Amino acid sequence: MSDSILKKSMRLFWVFFRIGAFTFGGGYAMIPFIEREIVDKNHWIESEDVVDIFAIVQSVPGVIAVNSATFVGYRIAGFAGAFFATLGVVLPSFIILSVIALFLYDFKNYPYIREAMYGIKAAVVALMCSAVYKLGKKSIKDTFSWAICILAFVSMVIFGSGAIPVLVVAGIVGLGFTAWQGSKAAAAGKKEDDR
Amino acid sequence: MNLLLKLFYIFAKIGLFTIGGGYAMIPLITEEITKNGWLTMDGVIDIIAISEMTPGPFAINAATFIGIRTAGLAGAVLATAGVVTPSFIIVMLVARYFTRFKDHPIIQGLLKGLRPAVIGLIATATFRIAMESFLVEGAGSVLRSVDLKSIIIFGLALAGIIKYKIHPALMIVISAFLGILLCIW
Repeated sequence: MSDSILKKSMRLFWVFFRIGAFTFGGGYAMIPFIEREIVDKNHWIESEDVVDIFAIVQSVPGVIAVNSATFVGYRIAGFAGAFFATLGVVLPSFIILSVIALFLYDFKNYPYIREAMYGIKAAVVALMCSAVYKLGKKSIKDTFSWAICILAFVSMVIFGSGAIPVLVVAGIVGLGFTAWQGSKAAAAGKKEDDR
Repeated sequence: MNLLLKLFYIFAKIGLFTIGGGYAMIPLITEEITKNGWLTMDGVIDIIAISEMTPGPFAINAATFIGIRTAGLAGAVLATAGVVTPSFIIVMLVARYFTRFKDHPIIQGLLKGLRPAVIGLIATATFRIAMESFLVEGAGSVLRSVDLKSIIIFGLALAGIIKYKIHPALMIVISAFLGILLCIW
């Protein structure tokens, strides 16, 4: 084995440590990091898998950033990979919050912190836009997927529904649609046979 | 119950019952930690503010902060381990079986619906953060309430990431400086 489990785990730790240190504003903002570090640089997973991973980790308990670290780590190097990727993504928050809790309780009133956050927030919007664009290009290809995506967006933004109901309904609809297409194809195949 | 064990247990419970990401945890976290007398409501609001200003998920930040405040470094370790452990086990099981059953028609059918829905979810989160970031509260007309400085930083960051392939981490650092620069200017 040229790339041992241990070596892979150490790289996973380091990659997710950096992701953890720079992920502001929730789990989705880490998608461009994952694309860059996991897909482009290390070729650990395919770009197509990124949407699937986020679909799955979103549907189980836990925090998106941590869950996706565990999932990617496990896929690449089993238990050790999952462990070190998770440790890596958690450690920066752990260190920063410990320091703040112990020494810098007044941290949020420090000069320039608010201004820096103001800039970071705008960049997070850009990071998330690039995630929507890149992932959308890969997984939204037909009328069906456009419809689901728009319905999900509208039901959440306008009608305020939660993420979990949206995912449950979308999963069921996807299953139903695939079954319907399958039976249609089967019926068409049967017609061909009859002729 | 031993305080350290209790921290682990309470945060494991929080980790287990939170589906759909960090901020969904706020009500549950608030209930558990005020019930146990670990923090007051003001403390919770402080953690939310600090979480917004530091990297990392809210749940992890809350666990570390409360752990260290109630039982020192050991408390922080156990509370953080607690919040991570349930999902760690569940996600590993899912990853294991997902790789095996990925091509099963039922999984593919579910994913057919889940994939575009996830894009919708991310678009929703993006839209919400964009509204928060681009609109100034309390301004009169919609036009006047648009925060131009924020949109400039957004535009530069978007061009940097998509066109010039600047590393996201570097883009975050640059934007922090742009924020300071534009605000002071």
